[in-house]
This record gives sequence, structure tokens and C-alpha cells, in this order.
Amino acid sequence: MSNSVLEISKLRKSFDTELVLEDISIKVPEHTATVFIGASGSGKSTLLRCINLLEPIDDGVIKLDGEEITDVEINPDEVRRKIGMVFQAFNLFPHMSVLENIILAPMRVKGSSRDQAVDQAESLLKRFGLLDKANQYPDRLSGGQQQRVAIIRSLALNPRLLLLDEITSSLDPVLVNEVLKTVRDLKAEGMTMVLATHEMGFAKQVADEVCFLKDGRILEWGTPDQILNKPQERQTQEFLKQVNEAGRL
Amino acid sequence: MKNEASRGDSASQFNGENSQSKYDFGGKWQPSELELARRAARAKRNKRSAIIAALSSFFVLGGLAVIAVTSPGWKLLSDTFFKWAYGVEVLPKILLGFITNITLTTIATICVAFFGLSIALVRTSKAPALTPFRILATVYVDVFRGIPMLLVILLVGFGVPALQIQGLTNNVLILGLTAVIITYTAYVAEVIRSGILSIHPSQRAAARSLGLNYVQTMRHVILPQAFRRVTPPLLNDLVALIKDTGLVSILGVTDAVRAAQIASSRSFNYTPYVMAAIVFLLITIPLTRFTDRTLRKSIEQQNAQGLA
Ligand SMILES: Nc1ncnc2c1ncn2[C@@H]1O[C@H](COP(=O)(O)OP(=O)(O)OP(=O)(O)O)[C@@H](O)[C@H]1O
Ligand SMILES: [Mg+2]
Repeated sequence: MSNSVLEISKLRKSFDTELVLEDISIKVPEHTATVFIGASGSGKSTLLRCINLLEPIDDGVIKLDGEEITDVEINPDEVRRKIGMVFQAFNLFPHMSVLENIILAPMRVKGSSRDQAVDQAESLLKRFGLLDKANQYPDRLSGGQQQRVAIIRSLALNPRLLLLDEITSSLDPVLVNEVLKTVRDLKAEGMTMVLATHEMGFAKQVADEVCFLKDGRILEWGTPDQILNKPQERQTQEFLKQVNEAGRL
Repeated sequence: MKNEASRGDSASQFNGENSQSKYDFGGKWQPSELELARRAARAKRNKRSAIIAALSSFFVLGGLAVIAVTSPGWKLLSDTFFKWAYGVEVLPKILLGFITNITLTTIATICVAFFGLSIALVRTSKAPALTPFRILATVYVDVFRGIPMLLVILLVGFGVPALQIQGLTNNVLILGLTAVIITYTAYVAEVIRSGILSIHPSQRAAARSLGLNYVQTMRHVILPQAFRRVTPPLLNDLVALIKDTGLVSILGVTDAVRAAQIASSRSFNYTPYVMAAIVFLLITIPLTRFTDRTLRKSIEQQNAQGLA
């Protein structure tokens, strides 16, 4: 395997007295996608927020391109520029048009000129078939379009790593597909990603590695085929059975 | 914002007639017989409603007016409160006084906006270095929201000069203004803070995850949305502020209220008070209507966001 973009070792995280993540260690090589699955409350969102330094951690080390970003001397704002993140909902800024949403960070964070930022934003929008929405406000877009714009926005800073947290779970099935297609395209272009999802079918398609989180621990991990088709652990089997029965496959 | 036009008009699309061009896909669409009949019925119904409203207003309001004017006390009442000739005579003095109210309002608004925003930012920030200021700000807001403004005016207006500190002003206008600013800063800080807190935490997370720092996140993401939400309550506070500048008259500032008081005590007639009231209403009623409209708009907008 080539060098890891993301490397986590022995990460531990608690809220007050509740231990949420324990002994999390993963490596995410360049151009690969690691997908986290697990029941609600198993700690998927918390893990992604820790990677993006939105949550302080109790212990452990997170490295981005070999550099420890959990070092106290590191400026978290600079780290976050290199990591794109898209949340389940409420991603876009409702008081700004799609274009303004996308150019905000390049202009304010990277110091691009407005023209430069607009050029880049328009080429991104064009690439993902949303150029005609550039001047719309988020409340005029469908949920799927909103999430795709959120993905595009996070790409505008050319991130090394993309974190996607259940980006389809607030969408109805038809809209889910257009968002998933966008993610597949990114994968094909070599973007390195970490995802949390409830869509097992999607996990199968994009994942290089699947990790099953149970009560804040990685209980089982491996290729999509190993985890989703031939899980060894009883709890993984049970989780997949429940997901199957809920008709989510 | 360039695209205001494209977002505010969502309501008008559902008004039937107005929207046909928007849905005129083929360019050859003609309303069906059924639709034409519906429109005719709607027009007829609207006309009938208008007639009913006009008639009922005429009889109810007209009836009340007749009862008032024909009642036995009417003559005394109108001589005491509505002696228009006298009212017009004292109007210039009252207007001159009202300039003071407007000046006080303008200066207070600017200062209150600045201090109120600062205090709201201090109270919502989590920076450890600001902890003492956070405590002070909380105490300040709690205290001055909880006591009658008249007391603050009396305390500042009469209390500060009593200290006889060199360099501190004895000018009642400045002291009164200070008291108004102190009180309203507490109100406005609270309104702005509630606006900041009402923005969904994901907005902050989304901004931070784009690499924006705290100040940039506040300036470009949180505050613009917060201010949009609290514009109606802030406008309400502005109306209240205009009225409350009349309270500094207690210190002897010759504002509209004081001018009316002087005129009325000279003649034992209360028409000057009514005139002063009318002068205030000329400013506050349009502002209140405007506030109402802003509120309706902002509710519509939030509903639209909820739908998406
Ligand atoms: N800010 C917080 N304060 C306290 N506890 C929290 C906080 N955020 C999350 N938790 C707790 O951490 C645990 C993991 O939450 P998390 O959101 O990471 O789960 P998840 O796997 O993403 O679930 P879901 O699939 O429902 O999104 C939960 O028990 C939750 O109650
Ligand atoms: Mg989650």
C-alpha cells in the first residue's frame, strides 16, 4: 500500500462520563475509501468530528499525511482546510447563494481573488451538473442538490481527505442516488474518503475497507465482501440482519 | 445581495392569476372553461367580501363616533383634550422638543447597537480568557433588564452629579442619554444573543470545517443569519426606545414630553399632551407597521426553509 493520508492510533473520546470511542486505530491509504457502519449512537459521527478536530479527544494520535494533527501546537483551522467535511443536514449557509457558499472559503481562507474563486466554483458546478443552480439560494434546491452543493463546496479547497457523515440519511431514495453517484465519481477520481453510512449497498460500491463500529469500538473490519457478506462476529451478523430487515439494502 | 428578487416572491406564485406566466410552458396554454368559471366566482366572492367589510366598518365605527359625540360629557372632554386651536399654537414648541427625542434616539441606537453586539458576542463566546467579562456581562444584563428604566434614569441623572466627581458631566441630556443606553444595551444584547443561539450548531460546524476561524465564522455565517432572525424584535425595541426617550424629561430635559408639560401647566389644558402623543405616533405607527411586515416576511422565509 502507498502512504496513508489518515492514520489514527488508539483514539479515545468521551463526553463527560460517557465513553464514546475507545481504542480506534485505522489507516486510510491515498485514493481509498473507508466506510464506517454501525448502529445509531455507535460513535460514527463523533469519530468523523474528531478527525476534523471539531471535538477534543481524550487520548490517541491522529496523523494527516504523516503529520500529527492532534499536536497541541497545531492550528486546527489550518488542518480543517485540508479536510473537507459534509454533514447529514444543514450544511449550506441559507443566506448565501450556491455560488457564494462555494467561494466563501477559497476567498476568506485561501485568499483567492473573487474572480479566481468564481472561476473555480463554476468549473466545479459544471463538472457535477449544477451550473444552472449557481445563483439559487439553498432553500430553492432539492435535498439531493443541496447535499451535492455541500460536497462541491468542500472540494473547493482541494482537500486531501473528505469526510462524509451520513450525507444521504435525510434524503428520500430517489435523491439518494444522485448524491451517491457524485461520491462514486469522486472515488473514481482518486479522492481519499472516510464515510459513515447506513446504505450498505453504497458501502459495497465505494468502500475499500469497511469498519463495523459497536459501542465505540471497531469490532470487525475488512473488505466490503468480508464484512458485508461473510461477517465473522456475531454482533456484526446481527446488525446486518437488522439492517436487511429494515429494507435498507 | 443580487438575487433578492428571486427569493422573496414565493408567496405570489400561489395566488392563481398572477402566476400563469410562470407555468406557461408551451406558450399556447389557455385557461380552461372550468378555470375561467372559477376565476369569475373568486372575483365575485372578493367583491362581496369587500362590500360587507365596508358596510360593517361604516356602521360600527360611525355608530361609536355618534355615541361619543352625543354623550353628555363630550363638550367637557373635547375642551380639555382636543382644543385644536391651542394645540396648533403649542405645536412648534413640542416639535422643537421632539428634535431632542430624535437626537437621543439616534445616538442611543448607534451606541446600543455597538455595545449590545459586543456583549452578545462576549456572552456567546467560549474563550477562557473572556470568562471574567462573561460573568460581568451576565450580571449587567440581568440587573438592567430587571429594573424599571425610570429608576436607572433617576440614579444616573441625580446620583452621578451628587458624587461631585471632577470631570464628570452634570449635563442632564448626557446623563439621561447614558441611562437610556445602559438600559437598552441590556435588552438588545439579550435579543442578539438569542439570535446567535438560534442558529443551528451545524452551521458553525460547517463553517469551521471549511477552515474559517471563529471571527470569520461569526462574521460571514452566524451573525448575518442571526440578525435576519432578530430584525423584528430589534425594530420593536427601536419603537420602545423612541417612546422611552420621553422619560428623560423627568431630569428636566426639554423634550417633547417636557414641552407639552410646560404648555399644559401654563393653561390647565391637556391638549398639548395629546399633541405630543400625536407627534410620537407619527413616527412610531409607520415603524410598527414596518416591523409587522418584516416579521411576516421573516416567518415566511423560515417556513420556506423548513419546507426544503
Ligand atoms: N455533544 C455531545 N455531548 C454528549 N454526548 C454526545 C455528544 N455527541 C454525541 N454524544 C453521544 O455520543 C454517542 C455517539 O454519538 P454519535 O453521534 O457519534 O453516533 P452515530 O454513530 O453517529 O449515530 P447515528 O447513526 O444516529 O448518527 C451517543 O451516545 C451520543 O449520545
Ligand atoms: Mg451520526
